[in-house]
Amino acid sequence: MKAMVYRGPYKVRVEEKDIPKIEHPNDAIVKVSAGAICGSDLHLYHGMMPDTRVGMTFGHEFVGTVHEVGSSVQNVSVGDRVMVPFNVYCGSCYFCSRGLYSNCHNVNPNATAVGGIYGYSHTCGGYDGGQAEFVRVPFADVGPSKIPDWLEEEDAVLLTDALPTGYFGAQLGDIVEGDTVVVFGAGPVGLFAAKSSWLMGAGRVIVIDHLEYRLEKARSFAHAETYNFAEYGDIVVHLKKETDFLGADVVIDAVGAEADGNFLQHVTSSKFKLQGGSPIALNWAIDSVRKGGTVSVVGAYGPIFSAVKFGDAMNKGLTLRMNQCPVKRQWPRLFEHIRNGYLKPSDIVTHRIPLEHIAEGYHMFSAKLDNIIKPLVITGQS
Amino acid sequence: MTETATPYVAEKTAKRESSEALRARIPGWGADLDPADRPSYPREQPGIETGAHWDFPERQPEKWPRERSVEHAFLPPVFGTSTPPAGISGAIRKYAYKYSEGRAAHWLLLVAADRVDAWEHHLRSFATLRPDNPITETGVLSEFSRGGVRSRVGQKRADLSHQWMDPIIVGAPWALAAGGLAVVVLRGLRKRR
Repeated sequence: MKAMVYRGPYKVRVEEKDIPKIEHPNDAIVKVSAGAICGSDLHLYHGMMPDTRVGMTFGHEFVGTVHEVGSSVQNVSVGDRVMVPFNVYCGSCYFCSRGLYSNCHNVNPNATAVGGIYGYSHTCGGYDGGQAEFVRVPFADVGPSKIPDWLEEEDAVLLTDALPTGYFGAQLGDIVEGDTVVVFGAGPVGLFAAKSSWLMGAGRVIVIDHLEYRLEKARSFAHAETYNFAEYGDIVVHLKKETDFLGADVVIDAVGAEADGNFLQHVTSSKFKLQGGSPIALNWAIDSVRKGGTVSVVGAYGPIFSAVKFGDAMNKGLTLRMNQCPVKRQWPRLFEHIRNGYLKPSDIVTHRIPLEHIAEGYHMFSAKLDNIIKPLVITGQS
Repeated sequence: MTETATPYVAEKTAKRESSEALRARIPGWGADLDPADRPSYPREQPGIETGAHWDFPERQPEKWPRERSVEHAFLPPVFGTSTPPAGISGAIRKYAYKYSEGRAAHWLLLVAADRVDAWEHHLRSFATLRPDNPITETGVLSEFSRGGVRSRVGQKRADLSHQWMDPIIVGAPWALAAGGLAVVVLRGLRKRR
């Protein structure tokens, strides 16, 4: 089969690999029809995540058709069209049995602090991902779901991570009616977090980024006020002025490890790997939320220490809430929102890249060329 | 009279837009106003239905000694089988797993192993019919087909302050290796003369 393969920082290519095999009775092998490159894949691509091995196939957002099932699989069958959450999880451990699917303890030998994620380094379990023609899906009775007939394939792809993560980020904010919500990052997750904040009754939603075309999308897609932080000497002061010097009630960090806005922070993390992530957006979040407010973190950071302004978070009495999203928990309610016309996930898709051209896709996404927001990866077509 | 900014008095200044106006303007506004409608509220929901029909999953066969965090009680029943550790980088990785996740040594050794791993594979690729190609593998040609100049010129992009480093990060090791090879070849030629 053809599969994207990591060759070292900033380098990927397509190689022929063996089709994955059933390795556990509850495995399925899924023939991938469409996937996506996630902003967090760029952390791997840039060599930031520890234990990212040459030869690994990335990709944790994908849908496809069940090609083979293990002997104990009951809930899906060969031929079913399925959407697969980015979490690999068992459904039965201490954490899964409480709904914390992203914190599963039975699927990741390499680390206890994080669960399993497809194609996301050995730190997240060492599973090959879905930027390939086939992928092994463990716990097929737990993770994947049949794609409803009414749901379009591209919407289904976005339901495997980006939309649920943004929606989850807004939930972590514990938004109450009339709250002012600031979202750092106008990428896919930030756009969905902004859109979801309205569902939860926000009175004002402000999105911050430095890419003007993404801020335009935040205005048109997510009905948000926007500010380009590159136009302000100090975006925190600007946000204080915008909120009558109170600060926002809720701030959502939808940027994560490669945040821009401070050269030293960015270079020491993204380029020299001396921090687990560049905490610029997180520090801005801590500074721009009001005292007693809530900071929700859904941006991904690596496990190495980062220079976070923890003292201010303590002194302001903040509530910090964060997690990788337990994707499947979000689906029933998100299905309702899509059917009601409140959300149209695929509206943010800007590029559809054949698997064969994935190196160009990664470069475009990394360098932010051609107004890229969300690139899908199309398998089996050239 | 000058209005006093919010935090110095008890109440927020008036809302910019009423809830009714927001509901009329934004599709779905307030649909999840009640926390009970939010799927991750409360965060932990003991007994949630997951589809699992086991108390503890069957164990996946361990086909090679699988490296694992020392913070695990045992090897978890299911794990990824991509890219087993090999070579010098593999030895560094195995050593790194002697340290817990709480130790910087664990992570810094793994990052070092990642760099060694890349070089091992680059060098090995030169002995194959498909050596690494920094042009195709970096996708850099999309700079020409996807508006590399227009995407940057005239834009207030904060990332332009450091993007110039990327070609150096990718290209410098190659340039150094090519320079080293050239020196070796030239010295060899001189000796022959």
